[in-house]
Amino acid sequence: MPGAIYAEGLVKTFGDVRALDGVDLDVPEGTVLGLLGPNGAGKTTTVRCLTTLLRPDSGRAVVAGIDVLKQPDAVRRSIGLSGQFAAVDEYLTGRENLQMVGQLYQMRAKAAKERAAELLEQFHLADAADRPTKTYSGGMRRRLDLAAALVVSPPVMFMDEPTTGLDPRNRQQLWEVIKQLVSGGTTLLLTTQYLEEADHLAHDIAVVDQGRVIAKGTSDQLKARTGGERVEVVVHEREHMRAAAEVLTGFGKGDTTVEEHMRKLTVPVTGGAKLLAEIIRELDTRGIEIDDIGLRRPTLDDVFLSLTGHVAEAKDEDSAKEAVK
Amino acid sequence: MSAVTDTVRVAPAANPVSQSIRDSMVVAKRNLIRMSRIPEMIIYGLIQPIMFVVLFTYVFGGSMQIGSSTSAADYKNFLMAGIFAQTVTFATASSGAGIADDMHKGLIDRFRSLPMARGAVLTGRTLADSVQTALTLVVLAVVALLVGWRVGSDGDTNAARVLAAFGLLLLLGYAFTWIGALIGMSVRTPEAATSSGLIWLFPVTFISNAFVDTSHMTPWLRHIAEWNPFSATVQACRVLFANPGQSPSDAWPMQHPVWASLIYSVLILVVFRTLAVRKYRSATA
Repeated sequence: MPGAIYAEGLVKTFGDVRALDGVDLDVPEGTVLGLLGPNGAGKTTTVRCLTTLLRPDSGRAVVAGIDVLKQPDAVRRSIGLSGQFAAVDEYLTGRENLQMVGQLYQMRAKAAKERAAELLEQFHLADAADRPTKTYSGGMRRRLDLAAALVVSPPVMFMDEPTTGLDPRNRQQLWEVIKQLVSGGTTLLLTTQYLEEADHLAHDIAVVDQGRVIAKGTSDQLKARTGGERVEVVVHEREHMRAAAEVLTGFGKGDTTVEEHMRKLTVPVTGGAKLLAEIIRELDTRGIEIDDIGLRRPTLDDVFLSLTGHVAEAKDEDSAKEAVK
Repeated sequence: MSAVTDTVRVAPAANPVSQSIRDSMVVAKRNLIRMSRIPEMIIYGLIQPIMFVVLFTYVFGGSMQIGSSTSAADYKNFLMAGIFAQTVTFATASSGAGIADDMHKGLIDRFRSLPMARGAVLTGRTLADSVQTALTLVVLAVVALLVGWRVGSDGDTNAARVLAAFGLLLLLGYAFTWIGALIGMSVRTPEAATSSGLIWLFPVTFISNAFVDTSHMTPWLRHIAEWNPFSATVQACRVLFANPGQSPSDAWPMQHPVWASLIYSVLILVVFRTLAVRKYRSATA
């Protein structure tokens, strides 16, 4: 049985640009899929196709058990969308915005009003509820936008780069909200260019590049694909570096890299924590004092780099914008 | 926050017509709230027609011939139906700009992802614009009375006929806002909507009976002016207001201006609403 969000061979071209080149996705109910990729990879276009905003040239999509191409209106009843830019009316107050969205979700006026009050409270916007939203800060607008997407507590949610442009504190707050939401059983598709965000929020990650899903799996699986762990040591005395390097090379599965100025040594290993303990004992035996030692696993940045051959953020902004149009 | 209890609060799928009306009202309310928070828009919308009343009355008033009369008072009474009609059609430009503006903001994605009636975003906007047009007409009528416009200056009329004239004006204005809606959907920027929204309105409102007596025009131009949908409403207003300038003409719309005005307006409304809503549905902005 297909998941709450299912896509098969989605293709969408804009003129010469092949924005989606056969995207396949399957998100089981109640889980979070992080769609990870650089600007212009096709993340937004994928979301737009799945939320009925854009009709794919070919392919099939099913959301909440409903065929997106055949019954777009029924899909709209079951989804919430929070976009890259806060989609709120800046001249309306927060309360008016939420009430309007509620009524357009076909809620009765009274129910929409109650729900708006509830959400304003929940998203810490009660104090600003009756001010036009153009007086809101960026973080407040994003929260309001997210609240608008949650008015009917839809079973399936789409969030397109929900924290792009937010400061760390606001990002942290939004993460908490998203986690709460997911613990309630909502299926979520989240796009992000922040590897940390995908790592933090998503059960599964799909890496997209140039309109295709190039890798899928849990964060751990993806990291494992990129290669094993490594041990990092920071020695206390600079003169101990050579001796430490000898020890590490003895235990490691490759060359030890040395960063002189940081007194840091890194070596690829297999064997995990047990090996780490042995290395510590050996360093101790030889009287090498250390400031820090740890078993490091590859970050999603490493994963991304090894999968695509380029880093996540670096790509020409303008060509990316063209691609989403 | 269980999904089950919350979905219960959603009204069951209503029949499409009542849902469409309901959604349009929700969007109209949104636009009216916006207008009330940007009062300068309403004020600028008033200045132009008031200026037209004053300028045309005092600058042109003494040198215009209406039928066989050259009196400034006759021209004043002749002019107002034209100014009223021009005012309601010029609202088209701001309507188009508003829609173009909406289409390029994130909010339109929100609307398009909601289970709402497809035409409601546009219908709500055009309805709100009509409320503004109605307000403008009231203010304009007061200014017109102040500079000396009088209904019944050229025959008998009554309150019902005067109200009917304003009804025709509002209907014409509402039909024209859909032309604006289509323009707004078709251009890339609100600025383009404002300028392209105004350009075509000048020939439409000037090659007409609004400001001059068409019997002084060259025959071919007169022919266009008398079949101009805009002229039909102006003529209808003059008949209903009992104001001068209902020049004798063979053209059918001039002989049956009230019917012509109604038919033209409904036709424009149906055609342009259909086109604009279709454009909205297919827009992938």
